Amino acid sequence: MNRLLSCIAGLVLAASTLSAEGINDAVTSFELDNGMQVVVVEDHRAPVLQHMVWYKAGSADEPKGSSGVAHFLEHLLFKATDKMEAGEFSATVAANGGQDNAFTSYDYTAYFQRVAADRLELMMQMESDRMVNIRLTEDNIATERDVILEERNMRVENNPRSLFSEQMGAVQYFNHRYGVPIIGWKHEMEELGLEDALAFYRTYYAPNNAILIVSGDVDPAEVRRLAEQYYGVIPANPDLPERIRTQEPPQTAARRITFKDTRVAQPYVSRSYLAPERDSGAQEKAAALVLLAEILGGGTTSYLTERLQFDSDIAVYSAAFYSGTSLDDTTFDLIVVPKDGVTLEDAEQAMDQALADFIRDGVDPEQLDRIKMQMRAAQIYARDNVDSIANRYGRALTTGLTVEDEQAWPDVLQAVTGDEIVAVAREVLRPEASVTGWLMRDERVTQ
Amino acid sequence: MSRIFGFILALILALPAAAAVQVEEVTSPSGIDFWLVEDHSIPFVAMDLRFRGGTSLDAPGKRGSVYLMTALLEEGAGDLDARAHARALESLAASFSYDASDDAVSISARFLTENKDAALALLRDTIHAPRFDQDAIERVRAQILSSLRSDAKDPDSIARTTFSRLAFGDHPYGSDGEGTVDTVSALTREDIVQAHADVFAKDRLYVSLVGDITPEDAGILVDRLLEGLPAEGRALPGPAEVTLTGGTTVVDFDTPQSVAIFGQTGIDRDDPDFFAAYVLNQVLGGGSFESRLMDEVREKRGLTYGIYSYLASRDLAAVYLGSVASANDRIAQAIEVIRTEWARAASEGVTAEEVEAAKTYLTGAYPLRFDGNGPIARILTDMQMEGLPRDYIATRNDKMRAVTVEDVNRVAAELLDPEGLRFVVVGAPEGLGDSTN
Repeated sequence: MNRLLSCIAGLVLAASTLSAEGINDAVTSFELDNGMQVVVVEDHRAPVLQHMVWYKAGSADEPKGSSGVAHFLEHLLFKATDKMEAGEFSATVAANGGQDNAFTSYDYTAYFQRVAADRLELMMQMESDRMVNIRLTEDNIATERDVILEERNMRVENNPRSLFSEQMGAVQYFNHRYGVPIIGWKHEMEELGLEDALAFYRTYYAPNNAILIVSGDVDPAEVRRLAEQYYGVIPANPDLPERIRTQEPPQTAARRITFKDTRVAQPYVSRSYLAPERDSGAQEKAAALVLLAEILGGGTTSYLTERLQFDSDIAVYSAAFYSGTSLDDTTFDLIVVPKDGVTLEDAEQAMDQALADFIRDGVDPEQLDRIKMQMRAAQIYARDNVDSIANRYGRALTTGLTVEDEQAWPDVLQAVTGDEIVAVAREVLRPEASVTGWLMRDERVTQ
Repeated sequence: MSRIFGFILALILALPAAAAVQVEEVTSPSGIDFWLVEDHSIPFVAMDLRFRGGTSLDAPGKRGSVYLMTALLEEGAGDLDARAHARALESLAASFSYDASDDAVSISARFLTENKDAALALLRDTIHAPRFDQDAIERVRAQILSSLRSDAKDPDSIARTTFSRLAFGDHPYGSDGEGTVDTVSALTREDIVQAHADVFAKDRLYVSLVGDITPEDAGILVDRLLEGLPAEGRALPGPAEVTLTGGTTVVDFDTPQSVAIFGQTGIDRDDPDFFAAYVLNQVLGGGSFESRLMDEVREKRGLTYGIYSYLASRDLAAVYLGSVASANDRIAQAIEVIRTEWARAASEGVTAEEVEAAKTYLTGAYPLRFDGNGPIARILTDMQMEGLPRDYIATRNDKMRAVTVEDVNRVAAELLDPEGLRFVVVGAPEGLGDSTN
């Protein structure tokens, strides 16, 4: 037997005692009287902190016809408030040696600053101000709308892969807002106005719809004191609507799309399946899907890579993706990029054959052990970047999960069995709930 | 025959306002110098290795050989083929990433304390005994060719490649280190073996470790990993002459948004005026919301989502670069505004207030970079490659604070060259054509 391999096998046994101790200990959470949730993730290695406010409002909460308004409003929050000039927020963060930005997704919008640990109070003072005091002008609207249209140009219009993926999403969802792109449809973005932005702001920007997350070199008691002083005084919005979105009906028809563009150099096959998300107190199925994605398409040793790149000469790249942190039904995605000379039809057939064989053969227990070992180690590595832990809590708490769910998640992942993974594959990889897309070269010569 | 460890005793306390990053310089028993930050709070180590030269070491006619060789390091080594190597690595939950840039081949590794010896044995094989199996070569070659074909239809890539050719001509900087479809298709296993011999040598090696390891253990580890490397590799090419001229180059491409890269001759990293130039760039286009270009092009006019400029001061040439993207019917206006701001900063300089704001930001943002073992290891290797002393971390902000508005404006007048500013525009821009100043 190979010496190196036997030595590794021994280490795996030793390593299986790795535990997550230390991470959950660093997390403190509490709630202010007005309903604002607070999470603190401590790391005292460097005198630096990250201050974030997450709103439970994303593109999937937008009114019909106003797609892109959640993201538009995110941009507009850097304009004036009662107390600050347009641009003063970022300029003040910069003048204190910090960095700030914001991001929008389907289920949340978040604002953050990274600064020296002694600047927490100033950040809270400014962030709490713009939670309720923005003052927008028509001029802001016209200019910033041009900016988001250029952002869409950059991210989507200039990139056929993004255009294709937008069409895939739109076809996947019959009735849910996840079918509409976060940045918005271009024709609706062009019509966004001051009232659209303000209506979204008044509805969703309130302490009882927000989560404060501070990570880094901070003391939870001090965070609480300052949070009460700055955020605690803002009244809750009594009219905050319950977060109910139109849901998907049973999906009973497999769909196919073909997207052609002259700018495509490398055609590929994409497949998405409607898939359940993590639910509070019931994360087991989502955990099995996370492991399924790793097993099928998580890298060099994954099932699809073995089958399509090593055992046969079908693909240059293959992968599977699933992120269960979502308020409503999400997707499980596969991609196969065929080798030069292999047709999309052959690539798709090889992918489907591999999926069928996987469900028949079941999970390789050694592969499952390796993946679980990596997930345990990931918890050690995660302590090197507490901002990423903070982000994980932000995503969880804005998608219907609790602090306890997030803390239990690593153990839920470790408890998944091979049989459960195959069972969830049978349940979710169902043609009737799928979209298959071919991204193709458009060979037409344009003038 | 073991030598005594050459500990450097002076521990440097960094940043008054930042992490106490204590950098030690250690010499391994076999004589390899490396930098270490010892921190036992999390049971893992981040290591960064750099071999100077990178894709610029490609032999004539073999463009892409260093890049392909680097990509193959994780595709089988020693007794393990690609799949067995990947499985072994997963079992240890270690991660090794390999990259080849214009100036260096870099290896970033992360491994747990509890199995560091086994992880290092795997890493050692990828450096000393990569297999370069023919099936792995063909598999990775196909991936690179696929990526090159995609680049040929990607406006950002087209802009970069076109600009590099204009700026550096036949020097390796003037072409894509990944190679071309023709050169990569023609590479043989012998070319890859040669590229490996060209790159991996002690005369160009830089090593940093950060994390849960003592200097003694780190010295042993570095020796186990690197002992046996040849003393010398292929000679580095000479400096590149910057051949940019002022004007606009348009590459027609059917896409809604034009992408532009602009630039002129830059300033060397070791130039005494580098700090002043750095502050100048922060004011002019340094990427924050406060820069003049961001204010004029985005905030006031909504012409773009993002615009920034930066000093691209590399080992063998220095250029001053920027980028912007605007809809085809608006890019001409964006370029006009940029040219105006470039000329205004050259002739009128910037204000004392702008300089102060830029310095406050830059000095405050510096400690934020030291946010984890991996980032710190990379910073330490950057510093070694640039020939900076270990105490640079503690003195860097003082150097930044010492820059005056007079310095900045003198450098603005000398460095900024509105007449020599070249734009490469990829798209279907309206009202723009090729021009030379």
